[in-house]
Amino acid sequence: MSTTTDNPSAQPESTGPQNPVLETADQQVAAGIPFERFLDCVHCGLCTSACPTYLETGDENNSPRGRIYLMRAVTEGKIALTEKVSGHLDLCLDCRSCETACPSGVQYGRLIEPFRIGMQQQAVKEGKPKGWFEKYILFGMFPYPARLKLALWPMRVLQKTGLDRLVDKSGITRLLPQKLRRMQNLLPKLPPSSPPLPTFLPAIGEKRARVGLFTGCVSEAMFSPTNQATARVLQQNGCDVYIPRTQQCCGAIHYHGGESKPAVELALANIKAFEEQNLDAIIINVAGCGAMLKDYHHLAEETADLSDADREKLVNFAHQVKDISEFLHELGLLPPTGEIPLRVTYHDACHLVHAQQIRQQPRELLAQIPGLKLVPLPESDICCGAAGSYNLTQPEMADRLGERKLQNIRKVNPQAVLAGNAGCSLQLQATLKAAGYTIPVYHPVDLLDASYRGVMPAK
Amino acid sequence: MTSSIPLINALSDIVGKDHLLYDAEELLVYECDGYIVEKKCPDVVVFPISTAEIVEIVKTCNRFEVPFVPRGAGTSLAGGCLPVGGGVMIALTRMREIHEVNLRDGYAVVDPGLVNVHLTREVSGDGFHYAPDPSSQGACTIGGNVATNSGGPHTLKYGVTVNHVTGIEVVLPDGTVANWGGPAGMPPGFDLTGLFVGSEGTFGICTKATVRLTRNPAAYRTMLGIFDDIQTATRAISEIIGAGIVPAALELMDQGIIQAVEAAFKFGFPLDAGAVVLIEVDGLEVSVDDEAARIKELCHQVGVREMRTANSEAERLLLWKCRKQAFGAIGRLSPSFCTQDGVVPRTRLPEILQFIEKTSQKYDIRIVNVFHAGDGNIHPILLFDERDQAQIQRVIEAGDEILNKCIELGGSVTGEHGIGVEKINFMPKLFSENDLTVMQEIREVFNPEGNCSPCKMLPTAGACGMEQIERSHPGRQAAL
Ligand SMILES: Cc1cc2nc3c(=O)[nH]c(=O)nc-3n(C[C@H](O)[C@H](O)[C@H](O)COP(=O)(O)OP(=O)(O)OC[C@H]3O[C@@H](n4cnc5c(N)ncnc54)[C@H](O)[C@@H]3O)c2cc1C
Ligand code: SF4
Ligand code: SF4
Repeated sequence: MSTTTDNPSAQPESTGPQNPVLETADQQVAAGIPFERFLDCVHCGLCTSACPTYLETGDENNSPRGRIYLMRAVTEGKIALTEKVSGHLDLCLDCRSCETACPSGVQYGRLIEPFRIGMQQQAVKEGKPKGWFEKYILFGMFPYPARLKLALWPMRVLQKTGLDRLVDKSGITRLLPQKLRRMQNLLPKLPPSSPPLPTFLPAIGEKRARVGLFTGCVSEAMFSPTNQATARVLQQNGCDVYIPRTQQCCGAIHYHGGESKPAVELALANIKAFEEQNLDAIIINVAGCGAMLKDYHHLAEETADLSDADREKLVNFAHQVKDISEFLHELGLLPPTGEIPLRVTYHDACHLVHAQQIRQQPRELLAQIPGLKLVPLPESDICCGAAGSYNLTQPEMADRLGERKLQNIRKVNPQAVLAGNAGCSLQLQATLKAAGYTIPVYHPVDLLDASYRGVMPAK
Repeated sequence: MTSSIPLINALSDIVGKDHLLYDAEELLVYECDGYIVEKKCPDVVVFPISTAEIVEIVKTCNRFEVPFVPRGAGTSLAGGCLPVGGGVMIALTRMREIHEVNLRDGYAVVDPGLVNVHLTREVSGDGFHYAPDPSSQGACTIGGNVATNSGGPHTLKYGVTVNHVTGIEVVLPDGTVANWGGPAGMPPGFDLTGLFVGSEGTFGICTKATVRLTRNPAAYRTMLGIFDDIQTATRAISEIIGAGIVPAALELMDQGIIQAVEAAFKFGFPLDAGAVVLIEVDGLEVSVDDEAARIKELCHQVGVREMRTANSEAERLLLWKCRKQAFGAIGRLSPSFCTQDGVVPRTRLPEILQFIEKTSQKYDIRIVNVFHAGDGNIHPILLFDERDQAQIQRVIEAGDEILNKCIELGGSVTGEHGIGVEKINFMPKLFSENDLTVMQEIREVFNPEGNCSPCKMLPTAGACGMEQIERSHPGRQAAL
């Protein structure tokens, strides 16, 4: 053993594992991740069967334990970030089912997300950024409701006139590039283009809270009736509702796609949009966006060049965000009275149940609707394959998981399926439609709203 | 890579090119299971979908003279899945069908890769469950349970895996398919099913299992006894069992565990208690109150500080969550930990606990305890910091000393985690040379070439380039 006296500048000999020095380009992909986070995983394997991609493939490289092992091995320089390795990491849905299953509290999302950002940055450095689809359609269009609305306009006309089925049959859509075709297949029956919500809606009855409503980009374009329903239900429950026009996309599509810079810019714009009103809470009805908004404090930690003031703002904002079901449950729902005699089943959106640990709240709210019968869905908390833009970037696995979900829905034979996330609704509707099922997919808040208004939910 | 291209091609012809791995990067994930001390990559991992494919794989391995080892979910804590000598790993994770459920006769026929809890989930709507419930039940497979004869908290009353498997289909190491037992339970002749259960993959590969389904009890009472010190708690346990009561579960957690669990789950455990015992009785509504009352009386006789009863299903589930996820909470006590698995006769529990306490002082290593008290299966958890090499050495020595003491007290070095490669060195201490010879001869009947799961369970000196399992690191970090 050498002693420090031989060489005064030498480090005293270490007694334990050293964090690896990130030398190669592959290793540097993990630059944003404190190495201790990998060590939290004790390799027990209790998470594997919670993972949808492992359930489908049986390959541990597609399991949480395996992916952590791969990322750690790349970080340690044991293996290169080969195409196959990044393939296993790309196949991850980021559904966080593994976090719910892990008793050791491993923060899987905080490993895979920064790792992917690293992969993206490396790809840019090497001059092979993502393809045209990611660049123009996914990052360029989704986050901007106005652009999305415009682009959806031809679809809306087709659906209105009933020509869409003809078009489907004619096979014209097959001439579209494959990914655009998937998008067309995913589109729900579009609501008639509606005027935007006003910027303020007053509480009905006794005033109980002052809230902001985050309307989301995809959901505002495709699900504006659900946003309207959310606003009405909040009003019914004594909330003043503020809906600032300057709000932006939550940044999830960028962040999960590995683009952290635009994600931070969008986050700061959102904080600005809501900060003047002095709100009790900021309400969101899209689980994916909600999880992202609540994650702004991690964004604050993981982004290097941020001012302290901005960092603090991100953290404070994150604490204000509430999912609609979480908020109503905490506030105490004023019981709706209109009967809705339907047999329904509830699908747990990953970004609600796993990322936000919201499981019971929506079920307990739904139980208060007179006449509604809620039947449990097998594997309700296994991802449906939507996972943000996943169904566009990993079509094969998305279809397999869609099929798995369909088989489970078949087992309970409901009259409607409920989900608290726009992405799940898109995927579920597309899957049901493709299998020739005509049952509708609702957001729980759609049913609450219908019950308050004493009507049946719109098909 | 030692494996040849022809081997890969031959295997690929059997399972299809999408169902095998041979790239070094992808094999890495298969270099260890829940036991991370020893590591070795297989040369190929194959994912068969049927018994027929497994037969072909096994024959191919024999033709190429390479060893093979089955793997389920890889939650083994004893290195059971370590591919000693490389070769082919046969992952059964794509075979997860439930072939038949017969509630009237109370059995199911399932694939080896089926996850334990998925079977219970399938039949729970009808008021049934699969009784063996290892703490890993959310992930581990029926095939892995068969191989390791798994138990769990409810083992005390309901028995271990071998009591619930009535028949199996096996691919023997030469590729022959054998069918033993069946739904009817005990056919005449040798109980080969019973012999196979617990053979840790050394007798061949289980490709189908017929298992009992157990009706859910009509009622439960779940209680928590709070004791001032661990000695009083173990006395209460002896009294309960001695009185002829068989609770469904009897689980002890000591002060260290209580503190960790309380931090994690906020159940309201008193932090100054020396130990708590989780006691569950089940059965008919009329009988459970009686039993619960008798247990409370016995606990009061030995001087329990307080008895609590779970008043709702939610409270009961929270109590169980505290127990089953206890080890997850240990992270709050210490950066690294190592869980041991030993058994002593129930009456010797106070002695072994005192010994553990002394060992803890001797090596200056903090040890906390949570265990299946009803059957004397202890899980001392040694806390340390893996950045301190000296501590690591002390943890290894302290662990070995405790296991040796278990043997001395008439117990064993594993209650449920198996021998695998981890505890192979203890076998000569547990068994006489003659005993071991008989076991080896039996293994040779099934596995004469030793190609299937080499170097597991039985010490065979010098047979496979892994003479002695060198341990530079404490054993497993997670598991109860
Ligand atoms: C957190 C944790 C808690 C645990 N708690 C318990 C507990 O309470 N009780 C308990 O008994 N165990 C427990 N274990 C240990 C482990 O989960 C069990 O041994 C389990 O039965 C292993 O199942 P597996 O599918 O993961 O098998 P694997 O780990 O994949 O394999 C285990 C062994 O079985 C062999 N094998 C696997 N499948 C087959 C097959 N089809 N045919 C032949 N051989 C096969 C393998 O070669 C290996 O030797 C725990 C483990 C962990 C990580
Ligand atoms: S992520 Fe958690 S559950 Fe999965 S292997 Fe690691 S410690 Fe175990
Ligand atoms: S996030 Fe979902 S898909 Fe990814 S490893 Fe975890 S469970 Fe699997």
